[in-house]
Order: sequence, then structure tokens, then C-alpha cells
Amino acid sequence: MFDFLAFFPRAVAQGIPLLFGSTGETLTEKSGHLNLGIPGIMYVGGISGVIGAFLYENSLPSKADANPFLIILIPLLSCMLGSFLMGLIYSFLTITLRANQNVTGLALTTFGIGFGNFFGGSLIKLTGSEVPSIALSTTSIYYSKKLPFADKLGWFGDLFLSYSFLAYVAVAIALIVSFVLKRTRVGLHLRAVGENPATADAAGINVNRYKYVATCFGAVIAGLGGLYYVMDYASGVWSNDAFGDRGWLAIALVIFTTWKPDVSIFASILFGGLYIIYLYLPTGMNLSLKELYKMLPYVVTLLVLIISSMKKKRENQPPEGLGIPYFREDR
Amino acid sequence: MRSEKPLVEMRHITKTFGSIVANSDANLDIYSGEILAILGENGSGKTTLMNMLAGIYFPDSGHIFINGEEAVIASPKDAFSYGIGMIHQHFKLVNVLSAAENIALGLKDEGRFNIKKTVEKIKELCDRYGFELDPYEKIYNMSVSQKQTVEIIKALYRGADILILDEPTAVLTPQETGKLFNVLRNMKNEGKAVVIITHKMNEVEELSDRVVVLRKGKDVGSKFTKDTNAEEMSSMLVGHPVNLEIDHPVPEDPRPRIIVNHLTVRNMEGLLKLDNVSFTINSGEILGVAGISGNGQKELLEAIAGLQPTEEGSIRYIDDDGSEQELIGKDPLEIQNLGVSLSFVPEDRLGMGLVGSMDITNNMMLRSYRNGRSMFLDETKPRDLAGNVVDELEVKTPSLETPVRNLSGGNVQKVLVGREISSAPTVLLTAYAVRGLDINSSYMIYDLINKQKKQGVAVVYVGEDLDVLIELSDRILVLCDGKVSGILRGGEADKRRIGLMMTKLGGGTADE
Amino acid sequence: MNNKHTPLFHIRKRGMLKWYQVWKIRLIAILLALIVDAVITTLVTGLNPIDVYATIFKGSFGTPRKFWVMMQNVAIMLCVSIAITPAYKMRFWNVGGEGQILIGALVSAACMILLGNKLPSWLIIVLSFMLSTLAGAIWAFIPAFFKAKWNTNETLFTLMMNYVATQLVAFFIIKWEVPKGAGKIGIINQSTESGWLPTIFDNKYLLNILIVFVLTILVHIYLRYSKHGYELSVVGESERTARYIGLNVEKVIMRTLLLSGALCGIAGFLLVAGTNHTVTTTIAGGRGFTAVMVAWLANFKPLGMIITSFLIIFMDRGAGDISSNFGLNASFSDIITGIILFFIIASEFFIRYEIVWRKKENKEEPVQEAPIDETAKATLDEADGKEE
Repeated sequence: MFDFLAFFPRAVAQGIPLLFGSTGETLTEKSGHLNLGIPGIMYVGGISGVIGAFLYENSLPSKADANPFLIILIPLLSCMLGSFLMGLIYSFLTITLRANQNVTGLALTTFGIGFGNFFGGSLIKLTGSEVPSIALSTTSIYYSKKLPFADKLGWFGDLFLSYSFLAYVAVAIALIVSFVLKRTRVGLHLRAVGENPATADAAGINVNRYKYVATCFGAVIAGLGGLYYVMDYASGVWSNDAFGDRGWLAIALVIFTTWKPDVSIFASILFGGLYIIYLYLPTGMNLSLKELYKMLPYVVTLLVLIISSMKKKRENQPPEGLGIPYFREDR
Repeated sequence: MRSEKPLVEMRHITKTFGSIVANSDANLDIYSGEILAILGENGSGKTTLMNMLAGIYFPDSGHIFINGEEAVIASPKDAFSYGIGMIHQHFKLVNVLSAAENIALGLKDEGRFNIKKTVEKIKELCDRYGFELDPYEKIYNMSVSQKQTVEIIKALYRGADILILDEPTAVLTPQETGKLFNVLRNMKNEGKAVVIITHKMNEVEELSDRVVVLRKGKDVGSKFTKDTNAEEMSSMLVGHPVNLEIDHPVPEDPRPRIIVNHLTVRNMEGLLKLDNVSFTINSGEILGVAGISGNGQKELLEAIAGLQPTEEGSIRYIDDDGSEQELIGKDPLEIQNLGVSLSFVPEDRLGMGLVGSMDITNNMMLRSYRNGRSMFLDETKPRDLAGNVVDELEVKTPSLETPVRNLSGGNVQKVLVGREISSAPTVLLTAYAVRGLDINSSYMIYDLINKQKKQGVAVVYVGEDLDVLIELSDRILVLCDGKVSGILRGGEADKRRIGLMMTKLGGGTADE
Repeated sequence: MNNKHTPLFHIRKRGMLKWYQVWKIRLIAILLALIVDAVITTLVTGLNPIDVYATIFKGSFGTPRKFWVMMQNVAIMLCVSIAITPAYKMRFWNVGGEGQILIGALVSAACMILLGNKLPSWLIIVLSFMLSTLAGAIWAFIPAFFKAKWNTNETLFTLMMNYVATQLVAFFIIKWEVPKGAGKIGIINQSTESGWLPTIFDNKYLLNILIVFVLTILVHIYLRYSKHGYELSVVGESERTARYIGLNVEKVIMRTLLLSGALCGIAGFLLVAGTNHTVTTTIAGGRGFTAVMVAWLANFKPLGMIITSFLIIFMDRGAGDISSNFGLNASFSDIITGIILFFIIASEFFIRYEIVWRKKENKEEPVQEAPIDETAKATLDEADGKEE
């Protein structure tokens, strides 16, 4: 039998990293930059948080001494710093130096995944610690704390309250970004920058500043997805390549949701569900079928891509200036 | 109504771009409560002059006074602060945003952002001046005329007292033009200064209070519209005839080569660009096409070349043996496969006629690379051709391997024309073949075209310099608003009459 | 003009640089990157920078075996790079190399597994070569078809096709796993070596390398001398020009991607029949992505890719050696190559643009000779108010 009560929270847990990633990428793309470095940035966000937590945990005489405030804050800030720096590299290359966005993004992903796996694999050796593996159980306890009352409210608690604070942060950020884009002057200006930088420039908007801010903010948001993944979903255990292709899925989600972070809240849960649905579908003895079920999120994305290109509805198209470097003197 | 003193005075304005002089010592006064028309041919510097008021360009020398005080206008922002708003031909709007959002763009009103406040203010403006606009409509759903309305409101919203419109009617239907004129009159009555850049005589007569004519970057006259007439204005516009001493051989045995009948073309926006156009192109003759640019010349050539979908009419090609082929509905390759040797020098040299990143040799074979059955390119012939073109047309290039985009405009054109005439065409279509070229290169192009004519090629020469058109062409087709305004005999055609026909339909009677 | 508004410097487009000027800029970038890399390596390992590069050198050239393994890697990298090049020359952003390789590899493995005992080895080789080429071609054709017909975004389409391919491979791995429950196929036909590419001159890598070398030459010829290659360059440069000369743009897009995918399929075939003799979901190893950078670095010139793929693999293997010597993670090489890539990407800016510093009391900068005509023309066109 299909157990929705068990399935839904897992789908959400799978969906949260995707939601962070897609919100970050949406913000970036709205400024006219297709950041294919998001998968790398999410790795860096994850590992930076791990490094921060690792250093803090190892500096503690005993696990009981952990300061609840610091143990949350240190990984959070180091994650944000790491992904911010990645965003800065991308911004500098593509905005100031007007480099090709696809090539820069791919290089950033190569670098970021390498960075994550390198420190994931070498952190212990580099710091000369005497622990067998990176298992940040103490940090993870704080990061995966459910909301209070989650266990007392039956199915309601299971479905809506059983997640850690970062999950709610993800939803909040998605809503805020969505609000900013739709309802504020800053959002209006940002959209104008992404659609038609020359027009925005002529209207007195500082195009490059908007692009920098959107791209770096986007990177930080995406990086949090990596942090959520290791600290909550993976219970503080870093294993190389475990994060997998979630970064690419997050980029696909941006198209799937037609650049709407609020829609992405539901879509990422849907994708999270599709990502693990193979665990819930009957396969009988045929284990290989599971592998075919794993195709679902990608096939669904492809279908959306095809259908939206056939329909050509103007609201659902990417920002007009996406991928094109802006140089005022080109006019 | 009209203010006593001029609101804006432009004095001794000079602006150059590299070696090209756009304005020299130009003067202009603008009064509030008056509609001023600025009349001039292409390249007469009217847009450049106004762009200096709008903060797009900064004058090399000269002074601008606003309300009697000297003003420095270094950016569009400065222009706004002086109350100057300009509506350019290419609208600066973001397609996926609504009208109101576009109007609010870049403004820093106090308080929280609220599009409703903007919408209310827009509605006020609409009521005051008689615009029709839904502020919530997205730009991409709008017609060109609605987009123009958005641009005008954008300027008014920012408090413009001086409104400059660059050829506002070029993209409008007659009905839309009528509405626009009413709005502009309302603005004048409210005490605003309105400037329209135009080349259409009937608009000057219908709308303006005063007209200033620009020629070769300089103002050559200012008249109250009621004190002048079309003949006087067009002679100011075109100036005195100049003898250029371009060779003009007598056509030998001209025979109909292409017969165009009732050709009608609409552009992507559904605007009528060619309206029931009929004419004949003869072999061994040069048919000049005169007209202010944007009056259907581009569509005419592209329709013949198989690049422009047509609505009605026929384009028949007549071979030497008298057999006929219909060209409409065929793409360039199909036309070539019919055995029709048709060459086309398009207006957009690097975007259409040539591939900018490729070298001269590779560009030489754009049209001919398919020849032969081999799956490989034959580069020897194109290379020889490239060498010949470079030698004969004196193309200045470091080598044959230089990408053509790195050549100067004149040399790019020589490469393009050289290739197009190398295929021994029976029809040669050229669009603005000498635009941006220096004198020597221009004369070389005229010679090449004359040579083609002597070899019996049917040449269509779309040009902007009337003196050249008169001396070069055997017949001149004058287009106005997509219609044939008349066909004149070249050689001795009256320049002023052409000027009149270009700006006013049927401004003269045709010879044929 | 008022001087306080004039910025300290401004950026403008350069005219064309000579090839040696271009390479001078790139070399400076690579040198800077190597210095940064050395500093990082020193920080991480404590080696002095000179030893770092000595180790990298040994990692690639240390023993004949290391040399041949490196050359084999260069060959596969090169194969994928030339494979995606026709698409990129047409400005079709094919990041689906990964999936196209995987599908080719899967089909090769399928041939070896299903036909292993039924047909002679040479016939299996021929069949798996042809079928994996075809499979790769089809895999690339699908996004090309949608791009041509509906202008569907090819970057994301090809990206998604990668994962569909990955799961397809995963499916068949479970189907054919040996032994049951192992989750992998293992070496196929280990005893018979049926369907394996033969060893020539006692060197099991040499045939791979030769095949790729020949393919590189062929692709070079195709792009440089064939009519098809010429057409795809025109389409990539300007669709309007392509239509002006009567080209069927849709057809060119689909045809080119068939070729691009076919070559990726061959890379998959070489990986399975030539080296690994098995298929895994990670057999492509990110080459589909790295190849984009290799090809881009070589300015999409196949012969240049011999050098750039060598550079990337050399650094990759060398850094890999450093990490294994010091018990560090093998991903160290990704960081090293990543930094080199960043520097080269950044250097492109200085090839295309130049920075003009404000000079004291300069009024008018000297304007270059060549661009005058163009700028002036553009400005005049605008002044004339030309319609589009």
C-alpha cells in the first residue's frame, strides 16, 4: 500500500535542497545570468558548512559543551561565506569580464564539486584530527530538530511540522524572493535588468550592481541547500558525491516553475517525491525497474520544456537578456 | 499661446563622428505652446541634433540655453531635469512588463512601491491629453502605436515640458496618426513645446505651426507653416542640383527583365509596407528607387530576392528567350535553381550579405559554394576571386585571411559588391550601396554598376542621394508610404520634383 | 566636458589582435594560474612549489605506463571535445555529451554481452561500433529536433537527456549484473575478450589513440573543407545570412547534431570496447562537460584541442598524483584545473577588450584608424533613423 504519511515528509526532505537551489537560480536568472555553476555552489555551500561545524565541534572538549547558538551560527555563516565567494567568482567573470556564462558556470561546477569532494575526503588529514570519519552528529542534532508539538499533533504534525528550521527558511526565502520580484520596486528594476539591460540602463538603473547583488544572493541561497542536505538530510555525515545531481535538477526546476519561486515550493516537493518515488512503487522481483522510475523527474522536466516551448506563452519564457553579456557601448 | 521668448535655444551646435560631420553650426529655437516640425532628408542631422537635447550625445561645440540660461545636458537624466523628453524611433520598453511598470521604471518615488498610484497618475494624464491606454496591459500585447503612447506618457509622467518625437508616424496607420496628432495638439494647448522630426510634407502642413529645414547638418530656413508651401519646403530640403559627373551611358536594347504587378507586402506587425506596387525592370538599364528610407524599399528588394513573404501580386522574371518564371513563393535557393541569376547587395552588409567572422575568401563562396558535386569546398576559385576583387576594387585589407568584420565600411561593401557581380548576374539589386562610403569608394561602386548595365544587367539601385540617383539612373521610381508616387526619367529629372514626390504622394505627375 | 564625471578608465572593444598577441595573453593567464595553483598546493601539502610541478610532471610522465594511461585519457578527452565541436560552432549549446557517451557505451556493452558467444569478435566490434555511433546520434538528434522545430532550449534539454541516459544504463546494469545482486556488470567477456578492441604493438591503448587521431583529422577536414562544415559555420554566425543564401537552417541543425552525437557515441564505444570492457553509470566521468571547456579553450579548432585536452589531462593526472602521494582526495585535481580555467576565462576579456586609462589633461582620445568608419556609419545610420 502507498503510505502517503510516510511518503510526504520524505518528499519534502528531498525537495528542500532543490527549493533552495531553484530559488537561488531564479533570482540569478532574473538578472539575466544563467548560472550553470549552481551544482558546484551547492557542494561548496555544503562543505563550507561542514568545515565550520567540524572545526567547532573538534574545538569542544566534549559534545555537551556545545553552545546551541554557535553550533547553528558557525556552520550557517561559513556556508554562506563559501557560496557567496563562489557567486562572486561567477559574477566577476560574467558581469565585469563579460565571460561566456555557460563555460564559466561549467568551470565553476567542476571546481565546486572538486572542492567539496576534496575537503570532504581530506579534511581529517588536513587538520590532523583523530576521528575516523566526518560525522557531525552534534551539529546535526541541532540542525534536524523538528518544530515543537510535531509529535503531538498526529498526521498534521507529521505532514507540516516535522521539519527542521532550514526547511521553513527555504519556504520563507522562496516567498520573500517571489514577493520582491513581483511587488517591489527593486524587483521591478531587477526584472528590467534581466529582460532588457539597455532599457534599464537608460532609465537610470545601475545594471551591474543589480546583477552582482542578484547573482551573489542567489549563490548564497543555493548554498544553503547544500547545508540542509548534509546537516539535516544526511544527519551530518559527509560522503563524497552523495549530493549527486540535485544541483542540475534545481536548475531544471527553474524552467519547470517558469521562474516563479512560490510555485517552486510545491514543484520542489513534487520533484522530491519523483526523486524517491521508486522506493514506493511496486516492482515485484524486478529491481531494475526502480532505475527506470528514477528517470521520472528528468522526463517530466523534458516534457515541460517541450510543451512550454511549443506554447510560446510570453510569461513563461526565460528573461530576454538571459545569457547575453551587457556592454553599454555595444548599443 | 506661443511663448514670447524661446524656451530652448540651440546655438552654433557642431557634432562630428570620426570623420563624418553630423551637425555643423546648427541653430534652433523651440517655443512653448508651439508645434515645431524639423524637416530634413536622411543624414541631414535632424536626429543627431535632437539627441543632443535629449542627452544621448554631447555637442563638440556650441551652446544650449533653456529659459535663457545655459544648460549642460550630459545624460538622459539631465535632459529630464530640464523637462525634455524624447520619443525615439526604437522604443526603450521592457516587453514582459506592463505599461505602468515600464513607466515607473527607474523612478524613485517616496514611500512604498505601489503600482496603483502610478496607474492613477497615468489615467489622469490619459484623460488630460486624450490618450487611450490600459496601464495593466503588457507591452508585448501592444501594437506599435500603443507602445508609442506608453513612451509619450513615460515622458509626461517624468514632467516633460518639451516633447521631441522622432518620426512618430513612420510606424502608424493613418487612423493612429490622426489620434496622435490630436494628442499633440492638446499638449500644445496645455502650453507644452512639441517637436516632431519628419520628412512627410503633408504632416508638416497638417500639424505644425512652424517648420525648420535641415540640410547637411545645418539649418537652412525657419518658416511659419502658414507662410510657406510644399514647393518651397522641398526646394529647401533638397538644395540646388549638384553636378557629380557620374558616367551615364545610353541603355542598349533595353527589354523587360522583371515585371512586378500589384505587389502588396505587410510586415510582421501587419503594417502595410508595399501597397499595390507595379513597375518593370529592364535589362541594360538602371532603375533608381528614391524615397525616404522605411517607405518600402527594403521590402521591395527582399520580395524580389525571395526573402520576404508577400500578400498579393506577382513578380515575373523574363528570360532572354522570352520564357517567364514566377518568383513569388520561392526562396533564394529555388530562384537560383530556376536558372535565374539574381544578385542582391542588401542594406545590412555584415548581418545579411556577409559573415563577419569569416575571411574574404570564405565570404566569396557564400553564394557559390554549392557548385560541383564534391562534398568538399572548392577554395581555389573563391580565393582567386577574392584576390581579383581585392586587386580590382582596391580593397584595403592586411590579407585575404582577415575576417571581413575587421575591414572598414567601404572595404566591406567592396567585398560584398565584388562577390555579387562576380556571378555574372542578369539582375542586380542594390540597397544603399554607397552608404557610409568615402567619395572614391562611392565612385568606384557607381562605375561597377554602370559596367553591369553595359553588360545588359537589369540593375535596381535604391539610394538616398537624389543627385546621384538622377545622374546614375535611366528611370527613377519614387516610393512614398509603400506606394509608387511616380516613375520619372533619369538624367534630366527635376530634383525638387522628386523631393516633393518622396514626401507627398503624387506630388508630381509621372512621365510614364 | 566636466571632468569630475569622467571615470578613471573606460573599457572598449579591441580591434583584432595578432595570433601571437592572443597567445601571449593566454600564456600569461596560464602562468598566473600555475602560480596560484602552486601556492595552494604548497599550503595543502607543504611541498615547495617547484617540487609540486616536479610531482605533477612525474605523475604524467613518470613511467611508460603512466605515460600511456595519460595518452589514452587525452585521446578520450579529445574524442569528446571534437564530438561536441560541430554543435558549438553552430552555437548549439550541447551539454549532453555525457548522455551521448553513456548511450554509446551502453550499446557497445549490450553488443558484447548479448552477442559475446554467438558471433566472431571482429564482427561484434564492427557491430558495436556502428550501433553505438547510431545510438549517440539519436540521443543528440532528439534535442536538435525540438530546437529546430520549436526553438526548445537545448542547454537544459541535453542536460536532462544525460540523466535519462544515466538511469537507462543503471536499469541495464541491474538487468545484466554479474553476479546477481552485485549492482555492477564487471568485466565483460573476460575470458574470451570477445568484442574487445585488439592490442596492437603490444600496447592496449595505442589503437584507441590512433582511432581518435584519425577522427580528429576527419573532423578538422569536415569543419574546415566540407560544404557541410561551411554551412554550419554560417548558421552559427548569422541565421539571416543563412536564409539569404537559401540555407535550410532546421536541416543543418539536425544534421550537425546527428554528427555530434555519433562522435560521442564513438567515444562511448572506445571506453567500453577499448579500455574499460564494462559499463558503469559514471563511465563518461564528466567528460561531456570538461570537453566544452577543452573545445572552447581551443577556439573550437580540432587540431588545437590536441593541445588543450593534453593540458587539461596533464594537470588532472599530475594533481591526482599529488593527492595520492599525500593521502589526499583525488578531487584535488578538479580544484587545480578549475583555477586554471578561471584564469583562462578571465583572460578572454583582455583579448576582446582593452582598458583605456584616463590620461592627464587629455581631451580627445586618439581613435584607432580602422573602427572609425564603422562607428561613424553606425551612428549615422541611427541618425538617419533607419527602421529595422
